[in-house]
Amino acid sequence: MSFRILGTGMYVPPKAVTNDDLAQIVETNDEWITKRVGVKERRISENEWTSEMGAKAAQAALADAGVKVEELDMILAASVSGETVSPSMATMIQHRIGATCPAMEINAACAAFLYLLETAAAFFALHKDYQKILVVGCERMSGILDWTDRSTCVIFGDGSGAAVLERGEGYLDSVLTVKGGDDVIKIPHFPGTSPFFDREQDSPYIHMKGQETFKYAVSAISSDITALLERNHLTIDDIAWIVPHQANVRIIDFASKRLGIDPAKMFVNIEKYGNTSSASVPIALHELKESGQLHRGDKIILCAFGGGLSNMACLIEY
Amino acid sequence: MVKDKIIEMLAESTDTDAAEITLDTKFSDLGIDSLDMTEMAMDLEDAFDIEFTPSPEITTVGKLVEAVEKLTGEA
Repeated sequence: MSFRILGTGMYVPPKAVTNDDLAQIVETNDEWITKRVGVKERRISENEWTSEMGAKAAQAALADAGVKVEELDMILAASVSGETVSPSMATMIQHRIGATCPAMEINAACAAFLYLLETAAAFFALHKDYQKILVVGCERMSGILDWTDRSTCVIFGDGSGAAVLERGEGYLDSVLTVKGGDDVIKIPHFPGTSPFFDREQDSPYIHMKGQETFKYAVSAISSDITALLERNHLTIDDIAWIVPHQANVRIIDFASKRLGIDPAKMFVNIEKYGNTSSASVPIALHELKESGQLHRGDKIILCAFGGGLSNMACLIEY
Repeated sequence: MVKDKIIEMLAESTDTDAAEITLDTKFSDLGIDSLDMTEMAMDLEDAFDIEFTPSPEITTVGKLVEAVEKLTGEA
């Protein structure tokens, strides 16, 4: 359709928190977390804001692509854990890296990086003079976790991932779905102190129903990948890699089983970083590329799902 | 039919002899956790064309068979 991925980059904070470290904070243990989630450790920000991490991934992606900041026509970013609602993380990153192009943020929770790609495709189609767009997912999930809730605080981590897109023909197809509702996953805002508003609000942390999330996620991955393959007259053998949102290794494994896909085709790095929401897909994509297992011309599928309930998958020729 | 299918699925997923699984068998004794239950629920949804989310009260094979039979109209 309208772009190819020119370069990728990532940044995770240096502080690694292991499952044993978490067992000192909440009642849990390494065996339980490893079996149920697949995470061994996660990186946690020590005094780095979300947009600072986003800017570092952005600079890494620009360096990888060999693109100067001045060449950017647009910056699109996503976050559910930014230090400010306004300015957006996109505009904060724009300022931090010294860019002057327009910048805006998209919220589609853990699926957001894919929605950034879709939006970038639309911008390339609308503005024929646009040549390069930077997309960034950046999260400080540790700031929106209830660190007394062992069912959620063991899952997530902090980090950022980015890609530089160049006008081209690599974005082949996409499927977007939003189911709606806040009963399965939500991150409420602080409701404010208005004397005219007294409705109750849950705490401003991640609330997630595990079993419902699991079912939704497995169904989303299965139906989105099936739809992309069928619509494009492809089989799984035509796909070099599937890069799923790193939410829970059990979700990825069970979706593979239901799809009849060799689990080895799914790129997984959740054991090192946990679920980094909108940053998980670009971090995984970057690590896949850096591992030397992704080659130009490979067809890959990215897929993600999260609050909204929003899911998306896209077919890319790398 | 529901009972046979559930025992067959449990035997396969836990690598247990089907003859050893009875209606009184507890999921905790088979090492089945809530995510395993969710996985099995999704497979049961496909097998019997039902919508099913297992509740925490379903702790034995018999209770699961009963819940699924209610949904399939076999009870």
